[in-house]
Amino acid sequence: MAELDTSGGGGKKGKKVRSKKANTKVDLTAMVDLAFLLITFFMLTTSLSKPIAMDIAKPDKDDNSVERLAVRESETMTILLGKNNKVAWYMGIPSASNAPTVESFADIRKSILNNKKKVADATGGRQIIMVIKPTSGATYKNFVDIMDELAITKIKTAPAIDDENILDSEKDFMKQAGIL
Amino acid sequence: MPRAKVQRKSTSIDMTAMCDVSFLLLTFFILTATARQPDPLDVTIPSSTYKLKVPDLDMGILSIGKGQVFYEIVGKDIKMSTLDKMGEKYSIKFTPEERERFGVIGAFGVPIGSLKQFIMMDGEKRTKFQETAGGIPADSTNNQLAEWILQSRTSVAELHSTQMRVSIKGDANEEYPAVKKIVDILQKQKINKFSLITSAEGGAE
Repeated sequence: MAELDTSGGGGKKGKKVRSKKANTKVDLTAMVDLAFLLITFFMLTTSLSKPIAMDIAKPDKDDNSVERLAVRESETMTILLGKNNKVAWYMGIPSASNAPTVESFADIRKSILNNKKKVADATGGRQIIMVIKPTSGATYKNFVDIMDELAITKIKTAPAIDDENILDSEKDFMKQAGIL
Repeated sequence: MPRAKVQRKSTSIDMTAMCDVSFLLLTFFILTATARQPDPLDVTIPSSTYKLKVPDLDMGILSIGKGQVFYEIVGKDIKMSTLDKMGEKYSIKFTPEERERFGVIGAFGVPIGSLKQFIMMDGEKRTKFQETAGGIPADSTNNQLAEWILQSRTSVAELHSTQMRVSIKGDANEEYPAVKKIVDILQKQKINKFSLITSAEGGAE
């Protein structure tokens, strides 16, 4: 092995000079510690910084060639995104008797699932139609969150994202509820 | 009765194999890790439970935050080709050196007028300059952002013969109208499908 003889040249007189065998073992504990620390660091940084893409499709604005089909109101759930991380939702058409419900993001999942089930039961397994209306009070996070909720609740029909046609009645309601 | 002697064993273990393995893994992770360009615009992206990974090729990434827009084109060849096209459009001549330097720039957010100056700066100055530059102008009168997107899309189509994917990296607390403004620009170019970049969230309960 490649080692230097560090013994001080000859022990007792007359005897053969025997090189001292130094212990070749090195304590690797610290090295292993360091290596694992670095491994952990690289593992965490590589997997966590990988961003995720959420695909969004919006209706074409200028395209009038496709015939617009009217959707059944009773099967439509509209979610309005307001400020202070609040949402308001209603089924069908909003009116005095069918006022939107104001909820937080924590509760909206339950409502979506509820309505999904109701629609499926009433129509014999038809999918609910979702309309998402982000208003000017909403943040970008709210929008991502609601799209995420739709993915979690497994809404299969493509949600309509409508930030143009927010009805006056909706605006009025949201102002009253203090979320616009 | 003689006492049973407990034999003392050495507590040191041979670490060589463990050391080998750990360094092998370390080397692997270092080599596979891709250096991430620092984002000039401080953006906290919202999280989602989506599982689709962002592709690494043929992408344009729009960062939106603090009312500013930064644009990042992925791929050196695409960047250089886009710069040529933009130069033509705004009649600014870029030297080969400037093209080369622009090819390795990450996200940028300066008006095209000061782009030449911006390219020749070094890293630190660039960051400072961008803080005051105010992003890429995207008003209806001076819509340079739309032009950048259009030219990079053309470049991707020419060089790689695929469609460019447009991704939006928005700050979580950005107001929705600011995002809508950018989306409207995209929709004007008939980009109705785009991806929102989010960070991974643990499985939803």
